[in-house]
Amino acid sequence: MTRKKKTLLLGLTLALASATAQAAPRDDLLAGYAAAANKADPAFTGFSAARGEAFHRKSFAGGKADTPACTSCHANDPRTAGRTPAGKTIEPVAVSASPGRYGDPAKVEKWFKRNCHDVLGRECTPQEKGDWLSFMLSR
Amino acid sequence: MNIPYRALAIGLVTIALSALLFQRAQAGGSHYFAPVGDPVVKEECGSCHLAFPPSMLPASSWQRMMADLKNHFGDDASVDPATARRITDYLLANAGDAGGRRYGDKLLRGTSTTNAPLRITELRKWVREHREVPAWEWKHQDVRTKANCVACHAAADRGYYED
Repeated sequence: MTRKKKTLLLGLTLALASATAQAAPRDDLLAGYAAAANKADPAFTGFSAARGEAFHRKSFAGGKADTPACTSCHANDPRTAGRTPAGKTIEPVAVSASPGRYGDPAKVEKWFKRNCHDVLGRECTPQEKGDWLSFMLSR
Repeated sequence: MNIPYRALAIGLVTIALSALLFQRAQAGGSHYFAPVGDPVVKEECGSCHLAFPPSMLPASSWQRMMADLKNHFGDDASVDPATARRITDYLLANAGDAGGRRYGDKLLRGTSTTNAPLRITELRKWVREHREVPAWEWKHQDVRTKANCVACHAAADRGYYED
């Protein structure tokens, strides 16, 4: 094998490795939510991006008055940027627009916890989390 | 003797102008607050709002703020204990009456170091500097809150808060 080919192969392997490095934690995250959803409801059959989309746009009454929905801060179209009440830009939440997202499970959980309390006034269920995440991975 | 009046005049004007510019640059210096350099602090304190420079408040304010992140101006901004410790250490070390004194000195003048407000926007000097901003401008949809420094100070994220 020539030196050039070797370099190319190494590059390809690295690119593939970094792509799977992002995908693996996401799969683990979804698997964890699925296991929890199944435990809560044995009739659970899987996550739905369509349900996640409806959830993303729905208005709730239990949270804070100025943030009734995910879209109060995140854009209606998850491929575009959002904005916090204090004026900070939030990078798009759709994976196609922000490929680096959801690679750190602790960070995902941290924001679910904060944002679900602000919007719904409670924790989100594993099914809600999985549906929403599936919507973002599909976009 | 042949005195080069022209050259002398040009020289004097040049010196005068540079002196003026230098003075202005120095004055601008008092509107510079070193931005947060620690990546963890920047991430944790800069997701919802601008990561405010630690030199804008005295250490006692940061200490009280970090002790009650569950009630952070109406938001629950709590973080895990290890992260909280790292953030607190950074803020205290670089506070306006500690390592960040050369930036925060003017802003904190006349502010009690033990009984200072938690909001930068309640510092006396801050209020005075912003007294000419009309109410409608604060309510503008691109501003909305006094915490949104970058709406008017475009380079605030790099530490510059000139007009």
